[in-house]
Amino acid sequence: MSDPSPAIQLDDLRFAYGDHVALDGVSLEIARHEIFIFLGPNGGGKTTLFRLLSTLLPVQRGRIALLGFTLPTEVAEVRRRLGVVFQAPSLDKKLTVEENLDYQAALYGLHGKLLENRKERLLEQLKLADRRRQRVEQLSGGLRRRVELAKGMLHQPELLLLDEPSTGLDPGARADLWQYLLFLRDELGVTIVLTTHLLEEAERADRIAILDRGRIVAVGAPEELKATVGGDTLTIETDQPEAVIEALRRELHLEPQRFDHSVRLELPEAHQWVPRIVEVAGERLKSIQVGKPTLEDVFIDKTGHRFMELEVEASS
Amino acid sequence: MHERAVSQRHSSADAVEPRPWQAAYALGHRELVRFFRQRNRVIGAIGQPVMFWLLFGAGLDQSFRLSQAGGTAGQSFREYYIPGTLALIVLFTAIFATISIIEDRREGFLQSVLVAPIPSWAMVIGKVAGGSLIALAQAALFLILAAVVEGISSPGALVHVLAMLLASAIGLTGLGFVLAWRMDSTQGFHAVMSVLLMPMWLLSGAFFPVPVLSGDAGWAQWVLYGIMRINPLTYAVAGVRQLLAGPDIAASLQLPSLLTCWIVTVGFALAMLTLSARATRIRIQGDLQ
Repeated sequence: MSDPSPAIQLDDLRFAYGDHVALDGVSLEIARHEIFIFLGPNGGGKTTLFRLLSTLLPVQRGRIALLGFTLPTEVAEVRRRLGVVFQAPSLDKKLTVEENLDYQAALYGLHGKLLENRKERLLEQLKLADRRRQRVEQLSGGLRRRVELAKGMLHQPELLLLDEPSTGLDPGARADLWQYLLFLRDELGVTIVLTTHLLEEAERADRIAILDRGRIVAVGAPEELKATVGGDTLTIETDQPEAVIEALRRELHLEPQRFDHSVRLELPEAHQWVPRIVEVAGERLKSIQVGKPTLEDVFIDKTGHRFMELEVEASS
Repeated sequence: MHERAVSQRHSSADAVEPRPWQAAYALGHRELVRFFRQRNRVIGAIGQPVMFWLLFGAGLDQSFRLSQAGGTAGQSFREYYIPGTLALIVLFTAIFATISIIEDRREGFLQSVLVAPIPSWAMVIGKVAGGSLIALAQAALFLILAAVVEGISSPGALVHVLAMLLASAIGLTGLGFVLAWRMDSTQGFHAVMSVLLMPMWLLSGAFFPVPVLSGDAGWAQWVLYGIMRINPLTYAVAGVRQLLAGPDIAASLQLPSLLTCWIVTVGFALAMLTLSARATRIRIQGDLQ
């Protein structure tokens, strides 16, 4: 409200690596002070988008404005206000936590008392105070990610970009990460934009954009998007999915989808079907569950194909 | 939704101006810290050249004889080979310094430098200055050793020698930077090292003098002369040689004048710095992990 320019504005953004089109006309506006997530399968274009937003890659076609500054002409203004946390680690493992922060500070012109205060506060907030003199190579993955966050926040950016920040973190470390991100948004008013291929993570965003094959197929609050899918979802766990599907087709004229050991249906008023399905499936049924649509249902609905990473994630 | 957030929003970015020289200093400083934390590098960069100096010095001493008697008659190979050893130390250190760019890329550190609000020249200056200072420190160590073993010329000349070695280190580190920037792997750099950097050292007058052409010189001598004369490292080695051994050797080996040596060495350094800054505009696959 005080600042009229949106955090991110994209107009018909296109990018290709040689012949391979990674982004195929992306237009979008992200407001300030929101947590925005780009959700998509690997290869969907979100990493390319992240590289463009982080100013690592030059704009080929279309327009990017960050915090009201246009790339590439105002890149210096953008970089001062932008915090970036890469997916690949960016820490110097031979250096201590504090040395890493000091070198990062130098890249942003921070020094003296101001730097010391910020370092203290960040190390405190991220519970790293007792690790400051340890070399990064001795830290666990979760701790390293926290140092990455401290590095990205040292110059107090207005906009923080994170590429797949949860990848490789255990559930506890993920919870810590999100607690910190919410703190940044709520207490400091930082706009947070991240990419993920985890559906459950996307649920936590204020708004999400689903990217598939270089295009945005849906934008909105997670609840809003789920409301666009008609009906409920009905999931049947079974050891004999093929037999169950066959029976459901034959007896009830339904068109179920198979995912590993589960059979899935999208139906309006799904609970009314439960007794009949139980009867048809008989002994083969282990459990049956009626639920509201998930973001995966949104994805399937908008793209006509599955969100591949779900299987990988569910089985790990 | 987040009114509180808006009211507390910080506007820090306006308060702190990025300072390119601070960034360059920090990046250079980091090179030194990293180098001295990896002890095998320290040993590799100075140990091998010193070993060569002692072994070649002893082994080649009896067969080595400069053809023009002149004032050089008294120079042993070990003495002749001092500027070459200094050049080799500088070259090795420059190579290690530039390999660190490939490592920075592979380990991800480079990413955060590339998105920082600093001009690319600040990154180049930091990297090259860091590498050059390491080279200079090692060369200084050897110079002291050589001065003790062979007898010191004048302390003033030693300072002059170090100044010239610094200029040459900047040029070589810059050259390494340009070459390393496009590479994803250190293997690629080793290839460049054997086909370009080692021959560059070998053909600099470090190991044997630039041929003095007379009427009966064969075509091979002419080719060698040509290559050695366009090699910028020849001038640093020639400059150091005449500073250490005096004007007599300059006359008998027909070395370029000290002024020429300085102009070429500094010119080479400036050219390499410029090329390095330009090279940083290129993004390779390794930046996009």
